[in-house]
Amino acid sequence: MNDLSHVIVTENLTKIYDEGAIPVKAVNNVNLKVDQGEFTALVGPSGSGKTTLLNLIGGLDKPTSGNVWVDGKNLNTLKKNQLIDFRLHNIGFVFQAYNLIPVLTARENIEFVMLLQKASKKERSQRVLELLKEVGLEDKMNNRPDELSGGQQQRVAVARALASKPKFVLADEPTANLDSKTAANLLDIMGKLNHEEGITFIFSTHDQRVIDRAHRVVTLVDGAIYKDEITAAPSDHMKPV
Amino acid sequence: MLLKLAWRNIWRNKKRTYITMCSIVFAVILSILLDSIKKGLLDKMKENVVSIYTGYIQIHKNGYWDDRTLDNSFEWQPALVQSTEENKDLRYVIPRLESFTLAASESYSKGCMVVGIDPEKESRVTALDEKLDKGSYLSPSDKAVLVTEGLANYLKLDVNDTLVLIGQGYRGVSAAGKYPIKGLIKFGSPELNKGLVYLPLKESQHLFAAKNKLTALVLSPADPEKSQEIAQALALKLEPEYEVMNWQTMMPELDQVIEGERRENVIFQIVLYMLIAFGIFGTILMMTLERQYEFGVMVAIGMKNFRLSTMVILENVLISILGATGGILLSIPIVLYLFAYPIQLDGKLAEAYEKFGIEPIFYFSIAPKVFYSQGLVVFFLALFLSLYPFVKISKLNPVSAMHA
Repeated sequence: MNDLSHVIVTENLTKIYDEGAIPVKAVNNVNLKVDQGEFTALVGPSGSGKTTLLNLIGGLDKPTSGNVWVDGKNLNTLKKNQLIDFRLHNIGFVFQAYNLIPVLTARENIEFVMLLQKASKKERSQRVLELLKEVGLEDKMNNRPDELSGGQQQRVAVARALASKPKFVLADEPTANLDSKTAANLLDIMGKLNHEEGITFIFSTHDQRVIDRAHRVVTLVDGAIYKDEITAAPSDHMKPV
Repeated sequence: MLLKLAWRNIWRNKKRTYITMCSIVFAVILSILLDSIKKGLLDKMKENVVSIYTGYIQIHKNGYWDDRTLDNSFEWQPALVQSTEENKDLRYVIPRLESFTLAASESYSKGCMVVGIDPEKESRVTALDEKLDKGSYLSPSDKAVLVTEGLANYLKLDVNDTLVLIGQGYRGVSAAGKYPIKGLIKFGSPELNKGLVYLPLKESQHLFAAKNKLTALVLSPADPEKSQEIAQALALKLEPEYEVMNWQTMMPELDQVIEGERRENVIFQIVLYMLIAFGIFGTILMMTLERQYEFGVMVAIGMKNFRLSTMVILENVLISILGATGGILLSIPIVLYLFAYPIQLDGKLAEAYEKFGIEPIFYFSIAPKVFYSQGLVVFFLALFLSLYPFVKISKLNPVSAMHA
């Protein structure tokens, strides 16, 4: 069931963790369709399966059953290295704990993904400068992560996620460790990128600030979709809350 | 990129890197010292007997080595000497006539080996003149002897005293002679020091009534390591009446001692390297486990497991190379000093060594192999130990790693 009109499709997606005494159904028969340019928030209480669903969509984890199509490709059919390549060229990740490479500067962290893509030096320096400007960190380009604040690190992480010119950005609780002002600033940046470059964003979040910016909110309970509502027109998420 | 990342990663935790490097440095120094002293001792042991006395290769009449009597000597053949001298693999060919006799002074006597030599050629090959402790060296026309120091002491003789030699000459004739002692020779090997007398070749042939006879042609190969191949090639060329033997065949017991010592050394070094291995492995284990999350993120954003493994291997190899290089550099002045000033044993310990026929001096070797082989061992050890993170990272699942 590959519906090509949607860029992300999950079909009866289920993930069961049976490492403990009792198997845990983290994602339970999820059927989700996401269109190009959506700014979607996955919400729900802790343990509802938001991160697991995001990991499955991003090809970081294998489902127990069901399928995930991203940009027309069934991720289940890809081998390990093909999946890594697919992620490298199509998906940008932003994690909760920034996750920059500690020994690289802000500029090098952004460039890292492009190096993996074997982009030319000219292309890399141009894109890195562009992204640093976009996230407002040109003056911090030579600072290592431990010389940056949490908000600055997360902005570098967003820039890194966008360095490979991905079609999708999957962000796992990107504002969880940020203060309101920094979170708003980060969301402005992501919103702008979504609006101007048509990049599809999917967030897993508890944060009302993110939920308020999303134009679609998918609520998960016990691994299953409980509610799926359109909260704003795709262009509205640019508006400040 | 991988090298840059690896280089920066090893300096993330400077203290740990320094501790690991120091453990490698000390182990490499210790291992080099161990190897140097062992090689120095074995080389000296070989030099004392092989270079100074027997030579690396000898040509005899067939059967001489099993029954070392003058009756098994052979005629000096200019053609044989010339053809041997023309061999490009050989540097020198020296003639010798050897036989056992009784050496006596006024009150003492002792069995000894009399060696008839060409003094000039002998000094070129075995540097016999440099072993002169007292008196002066022989000239070809001398009717005098050089006596080893141990024998002279036993017989209570000194330079210019008279030494009497009594024995059996060629075909059973009696051999007796009275010779002034021109010089005393001191060898490193206590065994050789006890019982050698050198006579000019002509005079020895006269003493043993073995005119124009030789018991051996001692050959000095350009590359002593190839003595076996050279001996085999020579044996094929020469008439069947001659036997060609390399030093290992002539003295299998010495070869066995050297081989045994080498093996013993290998065991010590294995123990030492096991200690280094645990040090390096501890660091590798920590570096691999504490960075699981980071590795997970790197794979998640598109780095292949193989490249990540390569990066971690590079980190280990870099630490090991730095440690091994440091160890080699620091050991050079120590070994050079010990090479110039070998450790001289004295007192009862020295006596005990001499009793067992071992020179009581610890010589050190400065052969390049002593140094670089340690670096290579550490390098390959690091590569081997890197198998752990290599396998671990190859199997790494980004989600599990980020939740570890």
